[in-house]
Amino acid sequence: MGEPIIRRTDVLAAVKEAGIAALVAFGLFVLLIGFRTDPGPTGALVISTRFGALAALVAVIFLIALVRALFWHRVAATVAGLVPPSLKAAASGAAPYATAAFVGFALIVPVIFYNDRYLLDLGIVIVTYAMLGFGLNIVVGLAGLLNLGYAAFYAIGAYSYALIALTFGLSFWICLPLGGALAALTGILLGFPVLRLRGDYLAIVTLGFGEIIRLILLNWQNLTGGPNGISGIPRPSFFGLPFNSAENGFAATFGLQYSPTHRVVFLYYVILALALLTNWVTLRLRRLPIGRAWEALREDEIACRALGINTTTTKLTAFAIGAMFGGFAGAFFATRQGFISPESFTFGESALVLAIVVLGGMGSQVGVAVAAAVMLGGFEFFREFSQYRMLVFGAAMVAVVIFRPRGLVSTRVPSVSLAKRKVIPASMVGEARAESPT
Amino acid sequence: MEYFVQQLINGITLGSIYGLIAIGYTMVYGIIGMINFAHGDIFMVGAFTALIAFLILVAVGVSAVPLALFLVLLIAMALTALYGWTVERIAYRPLRHSFRLAPLISAIGMSIVLQNFVQVAQGARVKPLPPLVQGGYTLLEGHDFAVRLSNIQIIVIVTMLVVMFGFSFLVARTRLGRNMRACEQDLKMAALIGIDVDRTISTTFVLGAALAAVAGLMFLLYYGVIDFFIGFLAGVKAFTAAVLGGIGSLPGAMIGGILIGLIETLWSAYFSIEYKDVAAFSILIIVLIFLPTGILGRPEVEKV
Repeated sequence: MGEPIIRRTDVLAAVKEAGIAALVAFGLFVLLIGFRTDPGPTGALVISTRFGALAALVAVIFLIALVRALFWHRVAATVAGLVPPSLKAAASGAAPYATAAFVGFALIVPVIFYNDRYLLDLGIVIVTYAMLGFGLNIVVGLAGLLNLGYAAFYAIGAYSYALIALTFGLSFWICLPLGGALAALTGILLGFPVLRLRGDYLAIVTLGFGEIIRLILLNWQNLTGGPNGISGIPRPSFFGLPFNSAENGFAATFGLQYSPTHRVVFLYYVILALALLTNWVTLRLRRLPIGRAWEALREDEIACRALGINTTTTKLTAFAIGAMFGGFAGAFFATRQGFISPESFTFGESALVLAIVVLGGMGSQVGVAVAAAVMLGGFEFFREFSQYRMLVFGAAMVAVVIFRPRGLVSTRVPSVSLAKRKVIPASMVGEARAESPT
Repeated sequence: MEYFVQQLINGITLGSIYGLIAIGYTMVYGIIGMINFAHGDIFMVGAFTALIAFLILVAVGVSAVPLALFLVLLIAMALTALYGWTVERIAYRPLRHSFRLAPLISAIGMSIVLQNFVQVAQGARVKPLPPLVQGGYTLLEGHDFAVRLSNIQIIVIVTMLVVMFGFSFLVARTRLGRNMRACEQDLKMAALIGIDVDRTISTTFVLGAALAAVAGLMFLLYYGVIDFFIGFLAGVKAFTAAVLGGIGSLPGAMIGGILIGLIETLWSAYFSIEYKDVAAFSILIIVLIFLPTGILGRPEVEKV
């Protein structure tokens, strides 16, 4: 107890460490922050200096490194000690109810925030990404196939809906399954040749595939409108009743005052229903033979083959079903926006969905939903600093992976168990990988 | 015929740049088996560092272009190598023993960070640089078309060759290269016989980033315009090149780079310029299906 809180040698070591960090930071930022290039009056680049900002940044990094070196282990221990064990037990006891609470909250969001159009729109975006996350979770979380081109299926769903609806005048509810089916078909078409590849190669091929689809959408001007995209996509109707102020509109039929919010609320419930459907299908599939084959495939592909599981069809179904849900989400996206262009289906989109799945804890449905809410919500939170938004997003992605590599929800409930359903740590679950660890 | 030769020259020049980036991918993948997704953005940082260093040198009065370019090359390599080191230290090393997807996600995050950092720090607009190296030689004189080999193309190709030979020497003959090859074969065993694995991996990232900086400078000189987004596409294509040549193989990376450059250039010249990237990615898919280990790669032994 008589030991001083900070020893002299500790301080010296910490100062040295912080000094090195500051030196590295100086090297990193001296050109990119210390100077700035801008086109001058003649069009040629003119250079200006920002040594103040550079010095401030290096000083901040020095201080952070110093504090970290001196106090980090203490802080970590204190924070861990702050949570009483009883609370932890209560938290794990409450876990089964968390899902119900989450879904319940999602259901009443439009009631609570009826007058806040902005929050309703945000809610729709979050649920859309949760649905995309569920869909990708089938491929990555269950079957263990790394897919970096998921946005391609999202795009195919969106463009299928837009083109079919505009060309043939079919309604949203007929086009939705068509969009999903076309996306699934594309998934199968891609899957046939590439699914014998494993792990990282598969990842890079799916990335290439995603880019191919985007480039085709961008360049096939006659069909897709190229970079201008497709606009005037029909909005969904409530069982044939359009959401407008006309005589036969939704509001007039039910004797309500017309309000544009009706459509937003309706869209919210549509996507929520779709997301819950995806979630329910995933949970049911996990208990079917095919779902178990997926999970077995994720854990050990060689053992799967030895047991006589047809790995090609198993992978193909995972790919197709994941793609189908991506297609549904895409069709919904198209009808909500009324306008789509290749801009919305870049690699960044695929990366975002993959980040949601991995950060949510692969294979955990609640985790995916929470991650979607946290990431998209955080995204909105930083809207005011829009310049720094993506910077913070990327940094947060790195930070979460480093501090919680198993995702926000790091426990799993096995799909099948003998007597009592147990919760296991996620580190016992396999993941998308190229080969068995050596 | 003349047109074809010209496209060949252009393709090899472009391919040399891809090849230089591809070496970074192939080495990192060879040793720790991860796709260093941020490598393309390291290349972009290299190009920006080179641009700013050049403008500073001009401002302080270093006006001889060859001297300025040499200094720029050194500065860009040193500072970009520091980026490579930092990225590895912050984003990958803590995840060395984590599950396989973790470093990939972290790499994607790092790629987003680098891109947006440069965008915030230097602005989103493209940065033009007037051509520094002019002139060239006319090789063939057709009736309506002359094949030209510009000086900048010579610089790019010669630099690529020099770097390639220097690097092959480093890997094949030096102690560091031996450590790298040992780590590539078996990390655990390398650690057991006393190789500092962490340091070797760090060095690999540093070397890869330095080569990316060379590629960045070449890109800047060749195209004369850069922006914060050049890293993504160049990175994906360079990775394609690494896979095409056989991942883990240095000459493979170079051959793959040149092939990708040629495919892209010839496709743009004879078919359509819009679909040149589609062609590059399609080649990647076809190669992986029929030749999964690439041209010079070793077949992967499946272990239980």
